[in-house]
Order: sequence, then C-alpha cells, then structure tokens
Amino acid sequence: MAGTLAEKVWEAHVVRRGTDGAPDLLYIDLHLVHEVTSPQAFEGLRLAHRPVRRPDLTLATEDHNTPTLDIDRPIADLTSRTQIDTLRNNAAEFGVRIHSLGDADQGIVHQVGPQLGLTQPGLTVVCGDSHTSTHGAFGALAFGIGTSEVEHVLATQTLPLAPFRTMAVTVNGELPIGASAKDIILAIIAKIGTGGGQGYVLEYRGEAIRRLSMEGRMTICNMSIEAGARAGMIAPDETTFEYLKGRPHAPEGADWDAAVEYWRTLRTDDDAVFDAEVVLEAADLEPFVTWGTNPGQGLPLSGNVPVPEQIADANERVAAERAIEYMGLTPGQPLRDIKVDTVFIGSCTNGRIEDLRAVAKLVKDRKKAQDVRVLVVPASARVRLQAEAEGLDRIFLDFGAEWRNAGCSMCLGMNPDQLAPQERSASTSNRNFEGRQGKGGRTHLVSPLVAAATAIRGTLSSVADLGADVPVPDGSPLDPDDALQSV
Amino acid sequence: MEKFTQHTGVGVPLRRSNVDTDQIIPAVYLKRVTRTGFEDALFAAWRGDPGFLLNQDAYKAGSVLVAGPDFGTGSSREHAVWALKDYGFRVVISARFADIFRGNSGKQGLLAAQVAQEDVELLWKILETRPGTEVTVDLASRTVTCDDVVVPFQVDDYTRWRLMEGLDDIGLTLQHADEITAFEQRREPWRPATLPAKHLPPVEVRPARPVVTLDLGPTRGV
Repeated sequence: MAGTLAEKVWEAHVVRRGTDGAPDLLYIDLHLVHEVTSPQAFEGLRLAHRPVRRPDLTLATEDHNTPTLDIDRPIADLTSRTQIDTLRNNAAEFGVRIHSLGDADQGIVHQVGPQLGLTQPGLTVVCGDSHTSTHGAFGALAFGIGTSEVEHVLATQTLPLAPFRTMAVTVNGELPIGASAKDIILAIIAKIGTGGGQGYVLEYRGEAIRRLSMEGRMTICNMSIEAGARAGMIAPDETTFEYLKGRPHAPEGADWDAAVEYWRTLRTDDDAVFDAEVVLEAADLEPFVTWGTNPGQGLPLSGNVPVPEQIADANERVAAERAIEYMGLTPGQPLRDIKVDTVFIGSCTNGRIEDLRAVAKLVKDRKKAQDVRVLVVPASARVRLQAEAEGLDRIFLDFGAEWRNAGCSMCLGMNPDQLAPQERSASTSNRNFEGRQGKGGRTHLVSPLVAAATAIRGTLSSVADLGADVPVPDGSPLDPDDALQSV
Repeated sequence: MEKFTQHTGVGVPLRRSNVDTDQIIPAVYLKRVTRTGFEDALFAAWRGDPGFLLNQDAYKAGSVLVAGPDFGTGSSREHAVWALKDYGFRVVISARFADIFRGNSGKQGLLAAQVAQEDVELLWKILETRPGTEVTVDLASRTVTCDDVVVPFQVDDYTRWRLMEGLDDIGLTLQHADEITAFEQRREPWRPATLPAKHLPPVEVRPARPVVTLDLGPTRGV
C-alpha cells in the first residue's frame, strides 16, 4: 500500500497494534535526555524499582541550565547546580552515557545527536523537549514528550502513541538572495498559524527544501512545533548521507551499505495521499521577522506592525493588541525602524556552524552598532571548537560580539543569559513568548543573516540594508580547506 | 493515578488564546527536581497583577479553567500540568489544545476537555457575570454543566478509559514486555547505539570569560 514517509517509519516501529481504541505501542530507537525534564522521571523509576531498559539507546547532555561563561567554575545558581548534579547522579546510577559541561561533546541535545551520527534516517527519536522535531531533518520520526513519557521510555523503550495525520508542506522553486531556511519556516508558521499543525506530522518537500543543507533542514524541522505539529520530516537524500558518513556513530562498511539501501526507501510514495497540503513559492519569500508574542505573529521585514482595528477575527485582534502592548510597539510602525538592545545568535534552531559562518562573513571587518549587545553562542562545544579552528571567534570578537561556550543560553530564561524587563532582542532562537528570554523581555525572531545585519545597524535589518554592493553570505567555510572537517 | 469520573468546582474564565506553557509556568521554575510544589509558579508572570483572575476572591479557589483556543502550546514541559494540578485545577476546557500538553495532562489525571469555541464563549459569559459559579464536568457523559447550560466535550476514548480507571501507562505497557523483547530481536543490527560510546578525538574546551567593556570600544574576551 502506498504510504507517506511518516507512515513508513511508524509502521516499522509498531511493537503492538492498539485494539479497542488503544494507541499503537511504538519502539523508540533513540532517547535523548537533558537535565530539566528528566529528574522526576528517574525518581519515578527509583520509586518503582525499575531499571533503564536500554541505556545503550539513551544519551544525556547538559544544556538548558548551563552557563556560557566560566564553565570551569561551579555553577553559581544553586538550583541550577542541583539540577545538573541530579542528572549526573542519575546517569551514573542508571548507566546512561552523559556529556557534561566542559566535555567536547556537550551541547544542546538537538545538535549533539546529529553531530555524533546518532540521529539517522528512519529512526524514532524522542526527548523531553519540544524541539526534538529537529531530528526529523534526517527522515527520522522525532517528537518532544513530557516527563511521564520520559519515564515510560526509560522503563520500556516504547511509547503508546495516538495516530497522527499527515500534511505535505511543499516549498517550490529557489529562495531569493537574502532569504534562508529560517525565513521559510517563519513564513510557514505565519501562514498556517501556531495551531495549524496540530495533530499532524509535517513533511517538508519541494525544490527549495531539497536545496537546503542539513543545517538548514534542521532549522526548518526544529520549528515544526511552533506550528503546533507533532513532528516535521524531510526525506533523506544524498545531502543526508553525506552529512552522516564518517560520523562517530554512523554505520560502517557493509552496515553502511545496508543502511543506505534502506534509507533510500524512506520517501513518500508517488501515489500516497496526505491529509492536508500547503504550498509556498520560495521566490515570494523575503527576510521574515516576528512582531508579536507567538511565532505565528510574523511578517516580512519590509512590512509594518499590524493595526489591530484592521484584524477581522476578534480573538486575533485581542491577541494582537495585547502583543503590541507587551512588545512596546506602535501599530503601523515600520518593522525596519525597530531598534534592538541585544542580538542573540545561537540555539538549537540557528547555533550551527553554517549559521556562524554566514554571520562571520557578514560582520568580518565591521563593528557592531554601539549600544547593541551581541551574543554568539554555539549550539555545542564541537561547533565552538570548529568555529575556532576556522578563525570565526576572532571575527566575532573584533566585531564587538561576545563569544560564549555552548548551551541553550538566551533562548530561554533558565540560565544567566537573559533579557532584562523591556529589553528588546533580535534572536535567532525559536520562541518569542512573553518572558521567554527573561521576565518582561521582548523578542523578535529572525534568521542569522537578519541578526547579523541588525547587529551592524542597530535596527531590524536585512543584508540588503547594508548596501547594494554587500554580497549575501552562505554557510560555506571562509577558507575552503575547512570544509573537510565540518562538525 | 487517581480515578476521575466527575468533578465540580469553581470555573475560571481565562479569556486568552495561545496560552503557551511558558505563560503557564516560566522556565525559571523548571529548575526544581521534585514533582510537586509548583502551585506558586502557575501563571507566575500574571499573578503579580492584582487584577488577574486568580487574585480575585471569587476565582481563587477555582478548579475548572476555561481558556481560549490553542492552550498549552510551545515547550513540552510537564511542569505546566503539575503547576495546574498543584494549584488545584482538575479540568482545563479549551476549543483547541497543543498535542504535547494534552498528552501530558492525560498522564497526570488532569482532564483536557475540548469544547467548541461558541460553547466556551457561553461558559465565559456565565462565569464572568456570576463569578464563583461552579462547573460540573462529567467524564462518563462527556458533558460540562454550568447553571442551566449543558455543553458536550471531546476527549479520546483511550484517555477517558485510563482516567476513569486511574491506570498507569507504564504498568499497562509492561504487560507486553515479551512483545517488546520480540521486537528488539527483529531490529536491524546497524541501528545506532549510544553505548559503547564513540567520539571524535577529545579536545580541550576553553572556558569563555566575561568581556570587560571599556569606553575605548569593545575588548576581547580571553
């Protein structure tokens, strides 16, 4: 029977078919764990005298609470330190592999899985973190779960899962210069809304998606959850195989050949039917920015802050009024006039080596706008090491940016990197919720290129605002020789 | 898990859409390693406003939250459910729930009752006109009763059954441990394992230091 990519991966993992309305029981290939959503799950195991069923399919890392400065010193915040210590103790007690602060493989869980080669096509991947959808970029069925489910997977390596519907999100054509993967996903969310993907697994397809690097594909799948989707997926292809080959946990020799042969079958059949379909023309896209307090409240950078009176839907109008007030904006104000205090470049959405290279190319031999604070935070320690090997750290420091250690950093207010009340940021992260980056903080979600241009000018800007002669950088290395050792 | 069949309690009309889990419980409260004691964290940013619903005497003891559409979006934090439960909520009513939030609720015995938006508006009107009005939510008949208004709600059959029986998912799954073992024996050998660990060569990670900013312009961190 014809099937979609998501259905094929699902079918390959059914341990037990649900009957009488019960959900299917699915096997989980890879369980990623971090310090915030796991302590109560391990405690549950302990109370029930249950072991971790498959420590060899489980990996822990520290990311949400970790500071990005002085990582060789004890964590100053005592509750954060306790949470990190709890994860370390749990990992030791239950035999789970952990990458702790200071370790070269530490970093945001959604970068660590891919860079180790553990995230592979056709797997089921879960983590107590909604941005687990990132791993769908490899053609894995990957989704965020709550702590009760974390405990369930630790105990059984399975999850009972309610069936999903499928949505094809086709992005035709070629992106215009200056637009990137981030602009594609922000435009998709603005189009279908923060609830538009509810109950669906999205499959991103079309020429614009096929042309993206793995980093770009991860950016897109990462934010599937911001459209409310269960997961986002992209069928694996040569780009995927090339990224994986030679990574520490990628299959080798005959296993590699067997794996690739299977991975090639992981595509939606031509005659398969999706439950819903959305089509975008890449050529219509331009740099995108959010103006409000949910990721669906976004517009092209050339636009203006909406005027609530002109919004027909009553709920949306009230939400817009509230968002504009919280964000300290004026209805009708051009988005380009918005001045920012901080630029944050990092997170599981845009803290990868390609993102850092694109930013470095743009800010090289320039100085940041005087009153703007610029934080560059690699997604993992390996990304940091790679960036340093390529000399990107010197470019950021000469620009006037801060070059930090790896972690979730300013994406969420759980560690020392936070916005002050009413401080405004242009952020390459994924959520602009009220208080997300610190109580009272105001967040505009942007691409790395828009973040870099904004850091240069001090107001929300695209590369085009820097002058007609400024080329738009891509994510390739500054020195072509560096490509050989990509993270 | 405690059995849930019917609940009656004060309804709280939260006239907001897109209440994300960062609003339900800000990240700063997620550092705790316990499963209880999150009642102070519920809607922490809004609780500072004296006019906020839960600061009003009539709604303070609320246990049925009636919210706008797209409740529980964003982060997967189950802490959002714990905070609602610790505060005393047993039911959340909304026209649309985020999938992860709905799943987490079911695991913790918090009923996420899906009610049509026009019916939510009816409930809001009653609860705003007569603050402190009680709402009865009956899981057997899948109805919400508030004054003379009775509206239906949706919840999937499996979640309903588990809530009514008070069943624990892990216990249910482990009844099929032999099927899990059989599946494991069929898995392809090249599927990745985290152990034994494989790495790129170990490299020292230098700690970043705070940047000292001088008037002369930005200086380098070490």
